[in-house]
Amino acid sequence: MPSLTAVPTTAAAKPPDRSTGPAIRATGLRKSFGDVVALDGVDLEVAPGTVLGLLGPNGAGKTTAVRVLTTLLRPDAGEASVCGLDVVADAGELRSRIGLAGQYAAVDENLTGLENLVMVGRLYGMSRRDAKARGGELLESFELDEAASRPAKTYSGGMRRRLDLAAALVAKPPVIFLDEPTTGLDPRSRLALWGTIEALVAEGTTVLLTTQYLDEADRLADAIAVIDHGRVIAEGTSDELKARVGGERLEVRVAGDQAERAAEALAAMSGVEAPTVDGASVTVAVPSGRSGIIVEAVRRLDQAGVEVDDLGLRRPTLDDVFLTLTGRVADDETTTTQEAA
Amino acid sequence: MALVTDTAVVAERNLIRLTRAPDLLLAFTIQPVMFVLLFVYVFGGAIQLPPGFDGDYADFLIPGIIVQNIAFGGFVTALGLNEDLSKGLIDRFRSLPMARPAVLAGRTLADVFTNLLSLVILVITGLVIGFSFATGLGEILAGVGLMLLFGYAFSWVFALLGLLVSSPESANSLGFLAVFPLTFISSAFVPVESMPAALEWFAEVNPFTIAVDAMRALWLGAPAGNAVWGTVVWSFIILAVFAPLAVARYRRAAGR
Repeated sequence: MPSLTAVPTTAAAKPPDRSTGPAIRATGLRKSFGDVVALDGVDLEVAPGTVLGLLGPNGAGKTTAVRVLTTLLRPDAGEASVCGLDVVADAGELRSRIGLAGQYAAVDENLTGLENLVMVGRLYGMSRRDAKARGGELLESFELDEAASRPAKTYSGGMRRRLDLAAALVAKPPVIFLDEPTTGLDPRSRLALWGTIEALVAEGTTVLLTTQYLDEADRLADAIAVIDHGRVIAEGTSDELKARVGGERLEVRVAGDQAERAAEALAAMSGVEAPTVDGASVTVAVPSGRSGIIVEAVRRLDQAGVEVDDLGLRRPTLDDVFLTLTGRVADDETTTTQEAA
Repeated sequence: MALVTDTAVVAERNLIRLTRAPDLLLAFTIQPVMFVLLFVYVFGGAIQLPPGFDGDYADFLIPGIIVQNIAFGGFVTALGLNEDLSKGLIDRFRSLPMARPAVLAGRTLADVFTNLLSLVILVITGLVIGFSFATGLGEILAGVGLMLLFGYAFSWVFALLGLLVSSPESANSLGFLAVFPLTFISSAFVPVESMPAALEWFAEVNPFTIAVDAMRALWLGAPAGNAVWGTVVWSFIILAVFAPLAVARYRRAAGR
């Protein structure tokens, strides 16, 4: 399957209105549904032309945050603006600057791909002719042109997501909100959609993306905000977040019952922390900037007569970040509250 | 201006959908025809027409069954809006810079066309089985217009229903629960004089009776009383109450 990274050259996004300020800004956003606190004082800022990944488990408040920022919900307290337009006071004007694509692929199944895009384009205020031209353009670049005149109910899941995303792009809005854009997609469709999103950002579009997939945030986001229980509990680039968890770790798996002996040998290395032993594996935290650690470790283990099965330097993943910050793994749904929609 | 354009776009979408889901169109055409045939040939012989009614049961029934069908016509709106809500399409619409009432206005406008279609089919069916107009073209057209207005008002009731209920199935059952007693305890199918006193009282104040009487006046030349204006007034009352309620509900509609 050819890559989907091409977006039409005419699709260049309009620059956000007040280019000096952030494209998206939220301060102290609160929203409750009955007793369920969905947002408990969320602060966010997204610079124009960048991608913010909003990362969190189910029920963390990601969807609620998107719904407030796209004017679908009014916040109970706090302020939020997109392109300098307030989500409450300037809601009407704001809507013409945003595109929303959701995890439920909101297209009309009975309309064809082209009819869907023409409808959305006309509701953005485009003429029928312009909407048609733009729709055709998008269908071609999203490789849906062969399916353009087929009702969307005949589309595969990946095709619907692409059509949904295309609908969000019809009016070339400067800011796009993607609510779990790849949830439920097969790996190939996910990769293709990632390519499409990267191409969009290259054109200058600002993207706020929610996801529960750490690899997705890692790949697409310039900055990541980790959200849990309606609060942003950490922010930064993927590297910054990983650095918060600590530096690299040397992991060694040894044969038989030689783990203690290996730990002793590794502890003798300069500038490392005390090794931890777990069964047949030994882990040593390595401060960043310490070089030559692998060669030295191999030499010392060899000298100590330890038989090594596997040895490697491991950088922390976003899973480690999440575990460190929240005390649970990212896809652990047992402790989550119901996602308030 | 945006309201007019956006409403037209949404109405067009709903009419396109109708051609793509022919089963729905079939329900519009076959079901009312079946009702007419069942009533005329199963019950028709047993029903005593009111004294002074000039015509046979087919003449009596057609205006009644048209009123019932037009009132049911808005069902498509309830089902369609509920589906849009559960599929997330309402979220998309609400995130677009379109006129707020346009989704509902377009939906109900599309109902006017489907109502016109079912009305034409019922009239043709009626003409085949012995119904005949006893009035002039002006009154016949006035009757058509009155029905479209009456149906349009009810579409807004169904719009609200579709936004309130949790599933298309419950929209269906609630709608039937409301519409069946309202249309049956009226002059649509039998003379109200044949009912027990309490039902007769209800039937006489029932707006459906008023609408049916208006249609019999406009198409058959039966005495009109205040029925025609009464139907117009009822339609506007229903519109004035339910359109704002539905739009307010739409503004707050949360997808899931």
